[in-house]
Amino acid sequence: MLTVSPTFDPKAPEGPDTYLQVISPDGTRHPCPELDEWVGDIDVPALEKLYIDMACIRRLDAEGTALQRQGELGLWAPLLGQEAAQIGSGRALENDDFIFPSYREHGVAYCRGVNPHDLLRMWRGAAPSGWNPYEVNMANQQIVIGAQTLHAAGYAMGLKFDGSAAAAITYFGDGATSQGDVSEAMVFAASYQAPLVFFCQNNHWAISEPVARQTTGHIADRAAGFGLATWRVDGNDVLAVMAATRAALAHVRTGSGPAFIEAVTYRMGAHTTADDPTRYRDALELEEWAAKDPLDRVAAHLDSLGADLGELKKRSESAADELAAGLREAITTMPDPTVDDLFAHVYSHPHQGLEEQRENYSNYLAGFAVQGQGTK
Amino acid sequence: MKTLTFSQALNTSLRSAMEHDSKVVLMGEDIGKLGGVFRITDGLQKDFGQHRVIDTPLAESGIVGTAIGLAFRGYRPVVEIQFDGFVYPAFDQIVSQLAKMHFRSRGNVKLPVTIRIPFGGGIGSPEHHSESPEAYFAHTAGLRVVSPSNPQDAYTMLQQAIADDDPVIFLEPKRRYHVRGEVDTDLVPDPGSLYNAQVVREGADLTLIAYGPLVKTAMDAAAAAQDEGIDIEVIDLRSIEPVDFVTLSASVRKTGRVVIAHEASKFGGIGAELAASLTERCFDHLDHAPVRVTGFDIPYPPSKLEHHHLPDLDRILDGVDRAMRRTGDLLGEEG
Ligand SMILES: Cc1ncc(C[n+]2csc(CCOP(=O)(O)OP(=O)(O)O)c2C)c(N)n1
Repeated sequence: MLTVSPTFDPKAPEGPDTYLQVISPDGTRHPCPELDEWVGDIDVPALEKLYIDMACIRRLDAEGTALQRQGELGLWAPLLGQEAAQIGSGRALENDDFIFPSYREHGVAYCRGVNPHDLLRMWRGAAPSGWNPYEVNMANQQIVIGAQTLHAAGYAMGLKFDGSAAAAITYFGDGATSQGDVSEAMVFAASYQAPLVFFCQNNHWAISEPVARQTTGHIADRAAGFGLATWRVDGNDVLAVMAATRAALAHVRTGSGPAFIEAVTYRMGAHTTADDPTRYRDALELEEWAAKDPLDRVAAHLDSLGADLGELKKRSESAADELAAGLREAITTMPDPTVDDLFAHVYSHPHQGLEEQRENYSNYLAGFAVQGQGTK
Repeated sequence: MKTLTFSQALNTSLRSAMEHDSKVVLMGEDIGKLGGVFRITDGLQKDFGQHRVIDTPLAESGIVGTAIGLAFRGYRPVVEIQFDGFVYPAFDQIVSQLAKMHFRSRGNVKLPVTIRIPFGGGIGSPEHHSESPEAYFAHTAGLRVVSPSNPQDAYTMLQQAIADDDPVIFLEPKRRYHVRGEVDTDLVPDPGSLYNAQVVREGADLTLIAYGPLVKTAMDAAAAAQDEGIDIEVIDLRSIEPVDFVTLSASVRKTGRVVIAHEASKFGGIGAELAASLTERCFDHLDHAPVRVTGFDIPYPPSKLEHHHLPDLDRILDGVDRAMRRTGDLLGEEG
């Protein structure tokens, strides 16, 4: 089969011509034949709910950053600007669909019902991870770029072999698409026609590297080369993201093989709280993207539909306040890990050498107590 | 002489290597405009251009694999791996390709590639940001593995590593990046001295061997032991592969006791190799079996627990007590 791709001009401005969109930045809803049918059920109350979700995770993010500044967290990876990508996709999933995230998917975790205590534990440095993946059908945060996509491919192969109706989804950034693991994951998923959705949040930056350092074309086009069904959508448009995710999930559930979504969005904050974006990023670019804010456009659209915006903002603020209070409460009540946690769970059954190290070390620490000196 | 931080010494060293040899190119993630996440390459892209300071795609296997290709073509790539835990995606290219090409081509292909890795813990980072992978590389024939512990060595050893025709894994103790020290940038070292250990403190009672991040801790421990009447000789290993057994054995024959400290896990670690080799070489001179003070045999723990995992002054002194057969050692391990 011959495929012909349109020529890609890296200097051409990005916009609705190069990705699918349902609500434009000014809040106008326009017809989108590829996506409309997938969000036909989203009425005003449903859209208000999505708005509140986005407002909540925006606050979650602000709290995460603040808690890091106060020394309560060791590090935080902000999601500001990526609310629509995370809520739109997160709310499209069924409960038994399984998620393999990177480290930035706090919003997806929120959709999954991960509680704040569990969400913050890793960022505080109190535990290697926060939650039991099987309780929320979401794997723990992945820090090695791209590694989780292969786990997702394997999980989806398992779903297929088991004849399950569930699907898997994996999240990663634009930078990750350069990793061999991500290519290999697409090979496996396609080769076994596994029910897996690859969800790329193209937030334009991999720390200091612009997306152009990873690809000269569109990321979604690369996936097409692996035989995946692809959607390239406005990642700041919650309806477009939700529609594409629902469509992709439906596609993979029919056994037609994996799908790939490129959500074109923007990381408004720093890469992490340890990063200084002023060294590499233009302030003008930020302004440009601020005008495409995912929350503002939903508000403007709801306004045009005659919704009571004042009341909506009140509701979303009180939901966000409650979430923020939960986060702060989680931090103040989180116990510090103990020395036993150091040696726990390295293996699933006792290990002689490690037992010995644990015992020797606790005797060592006890010795300080006896001597009443030392620095421990 | 200049006073530089460890990281400035590395930056200055890269700059002189690039000025001196136009075939030296730097490669890595975020090393251009950002200057690397630790700013070791700060300003270099501005001065040398994008083809000499190459901001690469986010792909470690790709970075090392293409560095091999560039070296094939006569370049001397200096690769930056962002953090220790991210070298593993490149592991195959390093151990199966980089390490073996000279042997495979019967000496016809030289791969003067230097792989800089900020390594070790103590900076409160999340998973994969604090690892000590030296044993994996030291175990692979064809690679040389070194780790400086002070700004002068950071400067000099990096010059030597880049000039070496063999691949060198260059481990930078990241928690020492901000330490200051005198650096003589005019020093022209004998190329082979990269692989020499250095006695950094003389002593008569016990030999304490450390490298990279723990040399400072070892020196502090020796000073503390002096107050208790134990005279410790401290050796900065500098080269992890090859090991300078001439210097080590001479010291151990003199003192009769040896303690080895490193952050990496104990089992199958560099300490095991040093202990076994020194026992073989100096058995008749030893008054006690070599003692290892190391990280535990666990994945690197979350940051709130890392102070337990990393050998500190007290744990090193406890190891010293054991090697000295002093009663009251706390760890209670068999000597
Ligand atoms: C294998 C690996 N290499 C390097 C890093 C260091 N690192 C952490 S995040 C990051 C950039 C990732 O960018 P992208 O994939 O676009 O995701 P984003 O953070 O923008 O969401 C890098 C280089 C890492 N975590 N893993």
